Amino acid sequence: MKQTMIMLDGMPVPFTEGQTIMDAAMAADVFIPHLCHHPEFKPQGSCKLCTVKANGRYVSSCTMFAKDGMEVENNTPDLNDKRRTLLQMLFVEGNHFCPSCEKSGNCMLQALAYELEMLTPHFDQFYPDRPLDASHPDVLLDFNRCILCELCVRASRDVDGKNVFALAGRGITKHLIVNAKSGRLADTDFSRLDRAAHVCPVGVILEKRQGFAVPIGKRLYDEKPIGQQMERLAERTTKVEDSDG
Amino acid sequence: MAEVVEKRKVRLATTSLAGCFGCHMSFLDIDERLFKLIEHVEFDRSPLTDIKHCGPCDIGLIEGGVCNAENVHVLREFRKNCKLLIALGACAVNGGLPAQRNHLDLGQCLQEVYLTGSGIVNGQVPNDPELPLPLDKVRPIHEIVRIDYFIPGCPPSGDAIWKFLTDLLEGRTPRLGHPMLHFD
Repeated sequence: MKQTMIMLDGMPVPFTEGQTIMDAAMAADVFIPHLCHHPEFKPQGSCKLCTVKANGRYVSSCTMFAKDGMEVENNTPDLNDKRRTLLQMLFVEGNHFCPSCEKSGNCMLQALAYELEMLTPHFDQFYPDRPLDASHPDVLLDFNRCILCELCVRASRDVDGKNVFALAGRGITKHLIVNAKSGRLADTDFSRLDRAAHVCPVGVILEKRQGFAVPIGKRLYDEKPIGQQMERLAERTTKVEDSDG
Repeated sequence: MAEVVEKRKVRLATTSLAGCFGCHMSFLDIDERLFKLIEHVEFDRSPLTDIKHCGPCDIGLIEGGVCNAENVHVLREFRKNCKLLIALGACAVNGGLPAQRNHLDLGQCLQEVYLTGSGIVNGQVPNDPELPLPLDKVRPIHEIVRIDYFIPGCPPSGDAIWKFLTDLLEGRTPRLGHPMLHFD
């Protein structure tokens, strides 16, 4: 049988039936920027960073199935401009102060901002008031950095079977909550060994007493930009990420 | 014989608003390249010259965000006088560390620091008329005036500042790639 192909920025990329554009790109070591996508979890296409142009239409590459002969634009000035704008909106909506963040250097939001050469957040800052939850003995929640990717929600529900996290509210009031009557992480059965404790792409879910353990220069995105780490991104599994943290 | 026309030097002004002078220290980290820089550049208002007010300039480098009324005046003076204004460092770009007071009430901050904090005896909130009034929120400079370029980093490295300035002086579009582009 003839190998099915998409044309990704003019390059033929093979795929098998049922693979998304993102799956095919990852398998071919082609980087498509993304935040809410993770190979271990069911894609939901909410962050829109992975938007590509497939046969002339803007689609989320993590949810769009590849079709034979599909023409896909990925690394173009138009798409990267739009992705940069999405990043800028994420940066001003929360409180993203990299110099004082434990996740700095290991953060996907930051790494993508470098990759897409975001020099300024451009828009007016929201400076929202989002108190921390330091109630849990082993894990700190800093909601200031939440980008609503729902990876912790998916991991806790689908892998840990605990349903610790959820998103509440609509539109601009949407926010991450902890499923406990008190709303505090300490009042759930959450553990630092949970899958959900290790999937946050930004600095919301942080293990206590681990901060700044890795020196600047040795962190995940210090040596190589995220766009050149396709192998690691494609192979994110429980084992790999748990050993990072 | 062809007349030798000496190239006019680029006038450069710098200031630190709500910053820690770390970006200026990083600027000095270009080390001996400063000699090369002053072949092409002369300084106007700057902590390096101690000139108090900015005259007409080509480039203004602003460190720090805007946290009080004086910062606003200085920033506007720079915008009025500089053809190009560059936000230098994290605080100028997004408010940085000082902006982490933004979710707190300013009155309560002053109360705690000067009156009710531990170890304070007979404290009072400073009210000398010479002191600029603090703003209720710290703001990045692009929310007050138009900014032409941004150099993020806390601080941006000497190499990043050098790359950016030499790109500008030589007429290229300034560009910071990995690893010079960083936010921490």
